[in-house]
Amino acid sequence: MNRILTAAFALLATAAAHSQVLTEFPRAPNGRPDLSGVWQALNTAHWNVEPHVSGYPVLLELGAQLAVPPGAGVVEGGAIPYLPEARAERDRRFENRLNDDPEGKCYMGGVPRSTYMPYPFQILQSERDVVIYYQFATAFRRIFVDGKEEAPLDTWMGWSNGRWDGNTFVVEVTGLNGLAWLDRAGNYASSSARITERYTPLGPNHLQYEATIDDATVFSRPWTIRMPLYRVVDQDFRILEFKCEPYAEEKIYGHLRKPGTGPSAGASSQ
Amino acid sequence: MKQHTFVVAGLAAALAPLCVQAQKQPRTAWGDPDLTGAYSEFTTAPLERDAKYADKEFLAREEYEEFAKARLETRFGDDETEPGTQADVHYSMGQFQLSENEGVHSLNLRTSIVTQPKNGRIPALTPAGAARRDARAAERRGKEFDGPEMRSLTERCIIWPSTQPPILPRGYNSNLQIFQSPGYVVVQGEMGDPRVIPTDGRKLPDKLLPQWNGTSVGRWEGETFVIETAGFHPDSAWRNASENMHVTERLTRVDEDTIEYAFTVVDPDTWAEPWGGVYPLTKLDGLLYEYACTEGNYGMANILSGARTGEKETAAKP
Repeated sequence: MNRILTAAFALLATAAAHSQVLTEFPRAPNGRPDLSGVWQALNTAHWNVEPHVSGYPVLLELGAQLAVPPGAGVVEGGAIPYLPEARAERDRRFENRLNDDPEGKCYMGGVPRSTYMPYPFQILQSERDVVIYYQFATAFRRIFVDGKEEAPLDTWMGWSNGRWDGNTFVVEVTGLNGLAWLDRAGNYASSSARITERYTPLGPNHLQYEATIDDATVFSRPWTIRMPLYRVVDQDFRILEFKCEPYAEEKIYGHLRKPGTGPSAGASSQ
Repeated sequence: MKQHTFVVAGLAAALAPLCVQAQKQPRTAWGDPDLTGAYSEFTTAPLERDAKYADKEFLAREEYEEFAKARLETRFGDDETEPGTQADVHYSMGQFQLSENEGVHSLNLRTSIVTQPKNGRIPALTPAGAARRDARAAERRGKEFDGPEMRSLTERCIIWPSTQPPILPRGYNSNLQIFQSPGYVVVQGEMGDPRVIPTDGRKLPDKLLPQWNGTSVGRWEGETFVIETAGFHPDSAWRNASENMHVTERLTRVDEDTIEYAFTVVDPDTWAEPWGGVYPLTKLDGLLYEYACTEGNYGMANILSGARTGEKETAAKP
């Protein structure tokens, strides 16, 4: 009996040691919230950041399992304040989304889309650096804390400078190349966009995520998305590789292959 | 007695620099040795030792300049490419100052990166390893340009020898960066995926899902960061290795600008004995920028469309 109890206690102790469920939001040695951890959004913003009812899949033969689920949207005030010609461009992108959405080509998600794609991402925080590793397309950002660096060139994930505003980590993102979309519905911003992200502890295992998008070439005013992020609490969780390149090759290069040949599953499937 | 004194004195002399070094090591705020920064993997030592050096591991200082110069010339000379080969049409690495020996590098008097076995040469493949290599080559033979899946993993933007463990310098973008946070070390090759390595004491699980870069766990042994990696994707096939390859990497700061990178690979299915090597990583005064490989992979499109054009021209010939 004693032995069983001891074993049970040991098991509990082990579970506690490996559990990521926290009762209060961790603090870094410098007193700031420690954002380190694996996080994921739990909404349908990756389909469409605006409010949307359910919809047909992009190819009818994909059926219900890849139909678009409904969502109340994450845009403050509901609709994105597009300039008229920019709204028409968004609609064009929606029509051509099967071919044109960079997600289908395994291209990096950019900011803020990477945050609410349906994949986990990991924040690692030290007093000098905050880095974020996103599972999709193995995208990676370095955020300079109190850095003065300016974007030397445009990139998919942009150039990030972070600072603390009380308990909120504020990240100014510039230098985005404007090629990433905001969702699968064709919403977009241009390479002129300036994005201000705000990460604020909402509870021991939740962050409030906000991103304000300021881009006068596309929108009539700055606008904001807002959503909770959830801590991934699975025991010993690790972000597994999602090397999506093989799955996009037929889409990108299929028209250039030797007629009559096909991808050999053995060479590219996991 | 005299001999005994000599040994003790020798030992003290050997230890003294290490002790001084250990005191000077920069530390993170939470007390781990601080390896953070951007580093060049460039080095003058070739992977394998020229047979003429036999078991000679180090060059004398006066031999070094000529060694480094000769290596640069043989490795990246502008002429002497074989017509019709990829090397013949590829730009010269030297032309853009991208060749290994032109990058930032620490003095490395070694005659080769490989230090184990003692002859500095990679052991021969076992019959099973050779059979695996041959089967893979046979699968592609005559179909090399059929479609993207027939091209190399590097051309497909999947993995690079300069970024997957064990890390080896290659022609260009041979740089990496290291970040640290409590419980993690991130090692990212410039062209590759960040390896987010836990240092919280967890072991490699017995059952691992295959990963292109394997699965890594890390630990600190004094001043040295030790990484154990296993669970490779069978198609990762680093130098024809099997999915059972186990890699141990050891990163130790030698001075302000240099980290010694040592690695050992164990894969009895491929090599009869473990082998490994050592080379310096040299601190870069700068940052690494985003390497968007697949997003800008015009090379793949050009390779395939070139092959299709060639086929049409061949078919049109009487």
